Amino acid sequence: MNEFSPNSLRAWPDARGRFGEYGGRFVAETLMPLILELEAAYRAARADPGFQAELDYYLEHYVGRPSPLWRAERLGADLGGAKIYFKREDLNHTGAHKINNCIGQILLARRMGKTRIIAETGAGQHGVATATVCALFGLPCTVYMGATDVERQKPNVFRMKLLGAEVVPVSSGAATLKDAMNDALRDWVANVRDTFYIIGTAAGPHPYPELVRDFQCVIGNEARGQLMAAEGRLPDVAIAAVGGGSNAIGLFHPFLDEPSVRLIGVEAAGKGLDTQEHAASLNRGRPGVLHGNRTYLLQDADGQILEAHSISAGLDYPGIGPEHSWLHDIERVEYVGVTDAEALAAFQLCSRLEGIIPALESAHAIAHVLKIAPRMSADEIILLNLSGRGDKDIFSVAKHLGSEL
Amino acid sequence: MSRIAGVFAALRQQGRGALIPFVEAYDPDRATSLALLGGMAAGGADIIEIGMPFTDPMADGPTIQAAGRRGLLAGATLKGVLGLVREFRQQNGHTPLVLMGYLNPILSYGVPEFCADAAAAGVDGLIIVDLPAEEADLILPDTAAHGLDLIRLVAPTTSDARLQQVLAGSSGFVYYVSITGITGTRTASAADLARDIPRIRAVTDLPIAVGFGVRTPEQAATVVAHADAAIVASALIETLVREGAGAVLREVRALAAGVRGARAAA
Repeated sequence: MNEFSPNSLRAWPDARGRFGEYGGRFVAETLMPLILELEAAYRAARADPGFQAELDYYLEHYVGRPSPLWRAERLGADLGGAKIYFKREDLNHTGAHKINNCIGQILLARRMGKTRIIAETGAGQHGVATATVCALFGLPCTVYMGATDVERQKPNVFRMKLLGAEVVPVSSGAATLKDAMNDALRDWVANVRDTFYIIGTAAGPHPYPELVRDFQCVIGNEARGQLMAAEGRLPDVAIAAVGGGSNAIGLFHPFLDEPSVRLIGVEAAGKGLDTQEHAASLNRGRPGVLHGNRTYLLQDADGQILEAHSISAGLDYPGIGPEHSWLHDIERVEYVGVTDAEALAAFQLCSRLEGIIPALESAHAIAHVLKIAPRMSADEIILLNLSGRGDKDIFSVAKHLGSEL
Repeated sequence: MSRIAGVFAALRQQGRGALIPFVEAYDPDRATSLALLGGMAAGGADIIEIGMPFTDPMADGPTIQAAGRRGLLAGATLKGVLGLVREFRQQNGHTPLVLMGYLNPILSYGVPEFCADAAAAGVDGLIIVDLPAEEADLILPDTAAHGLDLIRLVAPTTSDARLQQVLAGSSGFVYYVSITGITGTRTASAADLARDIPRIRAVTDLPIAVGFGVRTPEQAATVVAHADAAIVASALIETLVREGAGAVLREVRALAAGVRGARAAA
């Protein structure tokens, strides 16, 4: 970058919405004026203490924040080595970190006078969170969801319908998150005047990666304070699963300028990083442009986008938020892969040892903790973002373990 | 003068608008695309737009999405599309060709390499759907170096203030996306066009082509009564699927008659 050289890793994106060479605004002209309007509205909201006060009110009284920081002692004792803390985003209303962002975005939509909400969803957690805030504020809600995901996340589909949302199954492509996002963007282009698109992850055209990150930073900010209170110091490792990367960036961002904190993002390695079936865009992709931003993508030699694979619907996406691409290139964050099988094992171990059934997404991060904790010393600390609860996954886990529910 | 500018200058003298039909490359196979290009040029197409298949065509409706999937299944790549253009150019040196697609395959090819190869193959202009004015500096030095027109999209949501910015440094023609929506869905009315086209004329001398939702000879005639060119895509693809290439060429001849009769009738 020539004109923008921040002293802090937390100062990005620049005025063009770039994190280094990633991010930007690669959308059709029809959407461009809306993106600019959204950015202006977001800047005004950020500068308005009333907006922050309103956000804080809903986060405390509706979402149930702050979420607890839990010392996973039995898991720690079982592994030997480092102390392990879970940031319990699974205990938020609706059962995942997604609601933090949805509250922020719907308050923004109301400020902008928008009267209809759309969203895309993979695992259904973001769809449920969006349907929830739409019910809370009385706005009609349409959620696009890949037909494959509709099938493997039935409980969440039913939840969204109970909450009054319309769920539109998308059957193009592999019928997963990427395709749901395409159709949400098509809906938005056709309904630009009244519709607000609540994007669920820290990706998409600027300013979405920035605003989603900002709304999710409550995770890292709280955890930092809670850990200081419990241990009087920062963690040695902070770790989170990355699909699009919103829970991870929310945890990492408040620690970016703390060089003593090692940051680890866990990608879904599916059936293995060296197979064709994974969702590891940083480990096995290369930079390109999709869904409005320049970022690492799974693509073939001709720049056609490849289908991702993960046992976890929430990680099943061939791209990643642009800030992660930049953090990968500058090597501030390490990105590793965890397979379906490793995640399944961690899912079961965490359930038995801690009495916490984690989301399959979060189980990927736990699986990597199983690898690194035993090699660390007893006075070292791992902070793990337990981004969601696993109730939604019990049907697909049962199927993988060979039992029928 | 570029081929595109030459065509519009000649049509201005004849006092009629242009017809720009669309072919999705390799839909359903390469030979059909080549036959359509030749047949359209012979049947009254003034300029031809060629779609470059992409897995995630975010601005396109179901018809062009499906066409792109068929093209990819038939083995379409950017190299293949440029090969198609080269072969067409062996028979036809005068009909301008405009490639339309999405940015990622071009990035993957390499922007300078793609612009050089496209110009050498005989391409006249590029329409890149997900490259707004804010990001166009990524390709403008290379399109300019190789004499390719980077054709800008203008939408109903583009404000008057923004029009100046969007059209600064553009060339070839302006592509007016006449509806807020994806391709092949709704159709703009004559009243919409009477309201929107003068807004664009006020800031540019470039010819204005109207696309998205233009389906029939009558609609094409309405479009060129207000603008300089009518772009027809989804309707032709539907005909191709239903009735084959011969029917597409009959439809192109009817559309060509539509644009030729428009101002005489108006």
